[in-house]
Amino acid sequence: MTARTIAGDVRAGRRSARDVVEEHLARIAEREPELHAFNLVLADEARAAADEIDRRVRAGDDPGPLAGVPVALKDNLCTRGIPTTCSSRILEGWRPPYTATVVERIAAAGGVAIGKTNLDEFAMGSSTENSAFGPTRNPLDPSRVPGGSSGGSAAAVAAGFAPLALGSDTGGSIRQPAALCGVVGVKPTYGAVSRYGLVAFASSLDQIGPFAADVADAALLYDLIAGHDPKDSTSIPGAARAVTPALGQGVAGLRVGMVREMREGIDADVLARVDAAAAALEHAGASVEEVSVPAATYGLTAYYLIAPAEASSNLSRYDGVRYGLRVDAADTTQMMAATRAAGFGEEVRRRIMLGTYALSAGYYDAYYGKALKVRRLIARDFDAAYQRVDLLLSATSPSTAFAFGAKTANPLAMYLSDVCTIPSNLAGHPAMSVPFGVGDDGLPVGVQLLAPTLEEATMFRAAAALEEAMR
Amino acid sequence: MSEPRLSTDDVAHVAWLARLALTPEQIEVAHGQLLGVLEHFADIDALDLDGVEPMTQPYPLQNVLRDDVVGECLDRDEVLAAAPAAVDGRFRVPPILGEAP
Repeated sequence: MTARTIAGDVRAGRRSARDVVEEHLARIAEREPELHAFNLVLADEARAAADEIDRRVRAGDDPGPLAGVPVALKDNLCTRGIPTTCSSRILEGWRPPYTATVVERIAAAGGVAIGKTNLDEFAMGSSTENSAFGPTRNPLDPSRVPGGSSGGSAAAVAAGFAPLALGSDTGGSIRQPAALCGVVGVKPTYGAVSRYGLVAFASSLDQIGPFAADVADAALLYDLIAGHDPKDSTSIPGAARAVTPALGQGVAGLRVGMVREMREGIDADVLARVDAAAAALEHAGASVEEVSVPAATYGLTAYYLIAPAEASSNLSRYDGVRYGLRVDAADTTQMMAATRAAGFGEEVRRRIMLGTYALSAGYYDAYYGKALKVRRLIARDFDAAYQRVDLLLSATSPSTAFAFGAKTANPLAMYLSDVCTIPSNLAGHPAMSVPFGVGDDGLPVGVQLLAPTLEEATMFRAAAALEEAMR
Repeated sequence: MSEPRLSTDDVAHVAWLARLALTPEQIEVAHGQLLGVLEHFADIDALDLDGVEPMTQPYPLQNVLRDDVVGECLDRDEVLAAAPAAVDGRFRVPPILGEAP
């Protein structure tokens, strides 16, 4: 059942929010032991919030456009008084003293937080295998990963634990798990959605965005969370342009570019679905041509220098002094080093070291400085492409959901999962993944739509057309 | 990248800079993995980057200021309650210099 239907029923008094929450909790009770989508299920809190919504409906109030809709929250979004772990031992048991703006907006719209979802530790990973609390399983095939890092949020929506979820996307962490779990996932323009209360990974790349089972539900949640927030100094001033009104506009006359560089290293069955999506858009009235974004080829390198560099700085705050884990030692410096070695998992340690190295004296120009220049080239090449077309189309992930352990031994193989999604983060552009059929193994394939800065509405128009074509 | 090859001593130094107390075995593993990743990153050496302006962030925002008025603050007791150790309204840490009192 869609979020739109639930909210409509609850607002009209046809169904109680409590009933909706109980139904979802029952589904969670049934499959969560197998899937592990959540680090924490907020059963009591959700029931209390639902009862309050029902009381307001009875009193003649309108609780808002998400009335009674369960929403799953990635566990790197701060929730006051409720543990927020980032799936890391270093934050185990920490209860934030404030709440993320996006979480407040959802509550203000009548949405019900149903749980905190599992992720790769500090959002570093593409399979959710890097969680300190164990991996999440893909609801469509529990022998496969759900993708990552927002694997718990994607799995929660795919399993029907919640019609909506929030994730964060630094290099593909919303879009790739959405593709692998067969749901819609959106990375908005950098700065379009407030990041106040999102635990920072790489601050020039991180963005919060929605997961939903269909395009209109994703649009509903995007419209609610987008817009300026004075608490986030990187949030874009002014009101956001709503995307929901654009959903029915069709794609007639839209120019779509197939990115040549994003076909390399992509499985044939996935490429076949990308080509089918291009054909569907053409059939619906868009024109499709091949375009080139040459510097996108170097996105992976630029990203894996810039993101770890920023992470090494951001994660220096976990020092055993103000919150989280402390491992006692004779002096403060040794306490910090012992705490961080014990609290961070292997991938997080690896990225901190890579970033520290890229920023260290003597290597800054050769690595970090160079990566920032490559980033500029990628943004320029996108701009040139957008002179010719309105939207770009590619695969989201090079393959369908892969098996557990398939890429854990080789970090680079795992990093390559994000080869098509990373360039949008570097440029700051919006992009989204839309399910578009299945691969040879019967598992979902997501296609990626990429748009210029703040052109979410155009992107959603095409997403709606693709969804329509699959019906 | 034409830089000298990363040694295990370099990795140990980086681990120390990052305040990570790693075992020699962990340093060894990290060394191999970092070498592999850095090797792949040499692909950008082929690019001509002369005169390209570095891009530190996607959206050209500068000097974001707010009105100089007292706003909402975090509650001190609530913040300190989350600390591993606190005393007299402050965070408590092990000795920084010399012996413990």
